[in-house]
Amino acid sequence: MPADYLDWLRREGRIVIVGASLAGLRAAETLRAEGFAGELTLIGDEPYEPYDRPPLSKAVLLGKADPLHTELPRRREIDAKWRLGVPASALDMTAKRVRLADGDEVEYDRLLIATGVRARPWPKEAEAQLDGVFVVRTRGDAAALYRRLKAGPRRVLIIGAGFAGSEIASACREMGLAVTVAERAGGPLVGALGGVIGSVSAELYHENGVDLRTGVMVTGLEGDSVGRVKAAHLSDGSVVETDLVVVSLGSMRNTEWLTGSGLGAGPRGIACDAGCRAFDFRGIVTDDIFVAGDVARSPHALFGYQFLSLEHWGNAVAQAEIAAHNMISPSSDRRPHLWVPAFWSSQFRVNIKSVGVPPMGEQIMITQGSLAERRFVGVYGFQGRIIAAVSFDNTRWLEFYQREIERGAPFPVEYPTVDRRPEGRQPVPADFPDPSLPTHGPTVTLSGYSPTDRQLVFTPAH
Amino acid sequence: MTHASLLRQITDYANRANPYPLYEELRKTPVLHEEEGGPYVISSYWDIENLLHDPRISSDASNVTAAGDDELSGPEATGLPPSFIRLDPPEHDRLRRMANSSFGPPHRPHRIESMRPELERIVTELIDGFGDARQIDEVDQFAYPFPVTVICRLLGVPREDEPRFRSWVDPIVAGLDPDARTGAQSQQTAQEARLQLGMYLNGLVEQRAREPRDDMLSDLVNSHGPDGTMTTMEVLSTAVLLLIAGHETTVNLITNGMLTLLRHPEYLERLRADPGLSVKIIEELLRYEPPVQLLPQRTCITDIDVRGVTIPKGSRIWLVLAAGNRDPERFKDPDRFDPDREDIEHLGFGSGIHSCFGAPLARLEAQIALSELARRLENPRLVEDPPPYRPNAVLRGPRHLNITFDGLR
Repeated sequence: MPADYLDWLRREGRIVIVGASLAGLRAAETLRAEGFAGELTLIGDEPYEPYDRPPLSKAVLLGKADPLHTELPRRREIDAKWRLGVPASALDMTAKRVRLADGDEVEYDRLLIATGVRARPWPKEAEAQLDGVFVVRTRGDAAALYRRLKAGPRRVLIIGAGFAGSEIASACREMGLAVTVAERAGGPLVGALGGVIGSVSAELYHENGVDLRTGVMVTGLEGDSVGRVKAAHLSDGSVVETDLVVVSLGSMRNTEWLTGSGLGAGPRGIACDAGCRAFDFRGIVTDDIFVAGDVARSPHALFGYQFLSLEHWGNAVAQAEIAAHNMISPSSDRRPHLWVPAFWSSQFRVNIKSVGVPPMGEQIMITQGSLAERRFVGVYGFQGRIIAAVSFDNTRWLEFYQREIERGAPFPVEYPTVDRRPEGRQPVPADFPDPSLPTHGPTVTLSGYSPTDRQLVFTPAH
Repeated sequence: MTHASLLRQITDYANRANPYPLYEELRKTPVLHEEEGGPYVISSYWDIENLLHDPRISSDASNVTAAGDDELSGPEATGLPPSFIRLDPPEHDRLRRMANSSFGPPHRPHRIESMRPELERIVTELIDGFGDARQIDEVDQFAYPFPVTVICRLLGVPREDEPRFRSWVDPIVAGLDPDARTGAQSQQTAQEARLQLGMYLNGLVEQRAREPRDDMLSDLVNSHGPDGTMTTMEVLSTAVLLLIAGHETTVNLITNGMLTLLRHPEYLERLRADPGLSVKIIEELLRYEPPVQLLPQRTCITDIDVRGVTIPKGSRIWLVLAAGNRDPERFKDPDRFDPDREDIEHLGFGSGIHSCFGAPLARLEAQIALSELARRLENPRLVEDPPPYRPNAVLRGPRHLNITFDGLR
């Protein structure tokens, strides 16, 4: 029966993808590439065809890329029905129906949820409404911010020194604008990369003339008589006069529309298994609902089976491909999503790239180059194995460290490298503000190169 | 004894025209070590790819401690300090960054693309120069003069000096052939040529320091970036590197390309109709017939483990790019020339920090060269197949490629 059903599904079934951005598009392309001939519908809340977001906080703000022309290149024809500009508003799992905000309903045999995230807005709504307060997530956000930056604000205040905040600060400095960045933690990028790397980033900020305030919170935004932002109040009592505020406080997962649907969806995303099948709220895996991209939380065998939510471009692509494949494959042919997390950023003319999960790292050692020169590879260790690596202007070595992570290579790194400095001989605490400490467990390593031959090797705990 | 002669067969000139069956044999022993002091030969795609990104692998000759002589990886043939191709980080990175700041993005994103009209003009002149002939040697009359002229323009060698310049370059390049190395006379000739080339370049360098122009020598001499400035010796060794690496490989890429197209006339026909196809054709060529067959100059600075074989510190390591490019574990139907394949992530330009510096220029040169030959030669045919090859097993390509055709379009 299941084989018959799959044959039927592949031939004339209905697949609906909610979310028409990177993950949604790549999933649609994979479905067609793997022979799905049925009806395909893509639902997206933005009125645009899928576009690429990484340029929005970089090239677009410098005027080097047009925010209205960052459409994603298509890999193939997908012959889909597009429902753009209308968000999905509810899911009926029993009737297998997605309801849209305009009242329409779309029935599915298999559903893929790739609704992603949106920018976390400034929490005080009245202040968020002030003219001159921005977030950056969509191409409309970026276009509007670019216009304001070009108009020459007196001072830009960026709230939050994560990757997006840092990239925007970098773009502002490149345009010669005065910039203040307020960060709650002890330094920029600390949450993602820890304090050791955060202090390198802080030096970059200072050298590039950014007024960096760390260990402070913005307590309020103040507007003038006509509703334009004019100042920000900080928790240390200081006041920053500013006419342009960029709120860069991370993102929120687009799961509200699933409230009450019975799916295991919440503020932390939608839980799914390694094969991208969604869990319902009882923790039972569904057969017909799949998840991919920023909105998904899936267990990763390499990282203690923790449920990881990854807002990474590469993860969206890899997970979408796995989800699409599994949607139309029998269980024996399904593949696990074993992508090793990786992301990149460019800021202050430095290319930063990371593989693995740095926040799991207890210690870090600089195995190549030097922190002082800001060209280095740092390796993170967790319970005696390599768990992550980060590079500043040394991207080309990271493939090696990714393999080391995959095979559970030992930490500290004892072997010499072509650019090992004395400072890199001893591991030091990685200095994450709030280290998560998963329990000790058995070891799992990854082998194989292509998605079809990737395998896990299980080594029981002694 | 089955392996005992495999490396010698690969370097044996008799097998130059088609080494691919030998590479297939080679891949059966992914880490081949035939004799004490000899190289460890790596031939599988993923192993090569891994080692190219492995920070325990060095390109610095002074890290080689293995005894014995290696006919392919002799010292860099200049009296100058090592250029960045034979250095490790951080020196490699500093010199390559400084060279790149006058060559590519982010500092000079348009330098190569802006040369396109000039490249097209040079190609047109060379093809026009065939005149009424109905047979040409594609190497001597086209594939060789083209990149040499280009690299002279790029570096800033005056046009009127090109003949002198080439008279020094030819013996140096000849001296790179392993067979020629054994001949004391050609070595001496090469050494003298090198000295004269160095003196000549030094004269240009001094002149550019006084009067900079829009060329790479001027940029190299006058760079004052965050990495400081290059010493005169560094400028000279970088210039010699760009000069030699910058054309010898391109000659082979273009010639291997024309040979392959003549063996697969359906693609020659398609290229004539659609010059845009040259992009895919060149990538597939870099997989199928790479101009650099293997990298013989790596070593490891600690014992490393590859597929369960321990390669001791200081060993010579050969990475056989051309064998990895035809690894069936990586490429479907690897022995088929198929520019339409979706996935051509070849090793033709290497990978990692030493990946080909001149790749953007080589691509553009080869794309223009092949699409113009396809467009203008009427009914081209090979005179002999296989053509005679150069002796060199590393920089592999035909010495002559005689082509007959019915006329010029």
